[in-house]
Amino acid sequence: MSSNIFFDPVFLKNLRRRQIKTTLVNILLLAASSISFISIVVIVGSLVLESSIFFGQVSITEFITGTEWTVLFTPKKFGVQPLLVATAITSLIALAVAMPVGLAVAIYLSEYASNRARKPIKSVIEVLAGIPTVVYGYFALYFISPNLLMPLIEGIGVHSALAVGLTIGVLIIPIVASLSEDAMYSVPEDFRQAAYSLGARKLDVVFRVVLPAALSGIFASIILAFTRAMGETMIAAIAGGFRVYYSWDPREAMQTMTAFIAQVATGDAPHGTIEYQSIFAVGLLLFLVTMAFNIVALYIVKRWQVRY
Amino acid sequence: MAGTVLEVKVLSRRDRLKKILDIATPVILAIAVFIAISAVAALLITVVYQGAGRLSLNLILEYPSANPAEAGMRSAFLGSFWTVGLSALVSMPLGIATGLYLSEWSSWRRFRRFVEFNIANLAGVPSIIFGLVGLSLLTYGLGWGRSIIAGAFTLGIMTLPLVTVSAAEAVKTVPEALKHGAYALGATKLQVTRYIILPRSLPMMMTGAILAISRAIGEAAPILIISGLLFIRRDPVSIFDRFTVMPLQIFNWVSRPQVAFQELASAAIIVLLMLLLALNASAIAIRYRFQKRLVL
Repeated sequence: MSSNIFFDPVFLKNLRRRQIKTTLVNILLLAASSISFISIVVIVGSLVLESSIFFGQVSITEFITGTEWTVLFTPKKFGVQPLLVATAITSLIALAVAMPVGLAVAIYLSEYASNRARKPIKSVIEVLAGIPTVVYGYFALYFISPNLLMPLIEGIGVHSALAVGLTIGVLIIPIVASLSEDAMYSVPEDFRQAAYSLGARKLDVVFRVVLPAALSGIFASIILAFTRAMGETMIAAIAGGFRVYYSWDPREAMQTMTAFIAQVATGDAPHGTIEYQSIFAVGLLLFLVTMAFNIVALYIVKRWQVRY
Repeated sequence: MAGTVLEVKVLSRRDRLKKILDIATPVILAIAVFIAISAVAALLITVVYQGAGRLSLNLILEYPSANPAEAGMRSAFLGSFWTVGLSALVSMPLGIATGLYLSEWSSWRRFRRFVEFNIANLAGVPSIIFGLVGLSLLTYGLGWGRSIIAGAFTLGIMTLPLVTVSAAEAVKTVPEALKHGAYALGATKLQVTRYIILPRSLPMMMTGAILAISRAIGEAAPILIISGLLFIRRDPVSIFDRFTVMPLQIFNWVSRPQVAFQELASAAIIVLLMLLLALNASAIAIRYRFQKRLVL
């Protein structure tokens, strides 16, 4: 019996040591994994904490419903509506650009393009996704505004919500295109073949079989692109101008929520002043809106997903 | 009988319309693809057209200046290196650890789901929000000031989801048979991780890390919040120094009315894009080498 390895003290000692090591590493990895959760808590916590100082001096009703935002002037008014509307206009324009183009690119790549065309087109789209946003801001100010918008639309200035929206639209095309394409590409080939064998045309196969099957992924990609548009800062700061203007007219220059935060940061507002605190209130609002959309998107993916 | 004929007629009319649509659809879709591609082309052409003349080594050797003829972005170039390098030191260990835990170590399904949900949410937080939290918590809360380390930490947490997702994917590509073989020989999880999983998934993890680094290099908004817009005419020497980064220097030049500064901005953009291109090329090279080795 003494030859049995399970009674060998050296073996048992080594085994014990290995078990302890493994447990330690397990705890370490668990701790690292918790960082993501802790980060979310810290983000919410610090935004709420800093905003509470702001809301100690400004009522929430005034903040949400007020239509004048003059934080950087006197008399100070704290109605976030103008910033909110500007963000809404620019993101909706962006969506109006990115949704048709992005979806069309996705359908083309997934259903129509030959394998030879697929790769280069995909890499061009990836290039688009990898360009820093400050470059897009430059593009808006020195190409889209002067060469595209100003000759076509009368009375539009260098800075406009339209220029911001269009450029953000280009920025989020890759998000819609690549996520939707993933969703469509993963629809099983059987579905297509079955439809063809029933006599369907390619058109019917694409729009009545593949698109509905991939709908959850497509919808999620659009929502993700929309939240990305709302949070976009540099394009809005460069091409939107620093004028707070309450209007739904996309030809006007107007400041979005993100551009306001950027402006205050640029101006180096002293720590603790109401100007400084106001960027956290705006940030909290932006965070809540984008989180709500993100959670809806995650929920849709989970619920609508067609299981093949 | 008459009814049947009518039906056939209606059907054939619908059929003809469909036939036309069937042919037209790929053309319409191709036009959309063309629009997307021409946007890339227009962007690149604008940048090169305006900036090529200003491109010189002075751009990364000289400090910023009020005189565009002798202005460069040396401090921003170095600031980017420090900040992004340090941010990788934050995001890579955390991301790889989380990826390993999610794909291999955890047997606690609900916790895994929970972490995945948080990672997805973290990826959806607008970058400027990270800047605000960095400012509130690191700069003032922990007293790190508007320093390189505050910016690096913020970028590190911001790019954590990217690293994590690619690390988790990388671990999943390791063949089950190899792992099971090792387990069957009595290897512990740690040994399987150390000798089977990591050597095979590290190249793909690196690819993810490089993509995260490219994202961090181009990011301006959170750094703008933390560092403000600065005019710095010296090299960073410590992680507690104030700093600026390339995208911010570009933002600064873009916002100026003089044409010379716009050209400088274009030239700086070319440098930034070249750097990103080099990073992406290296990511592809690593992936390629890895794929070749996988064949064995």
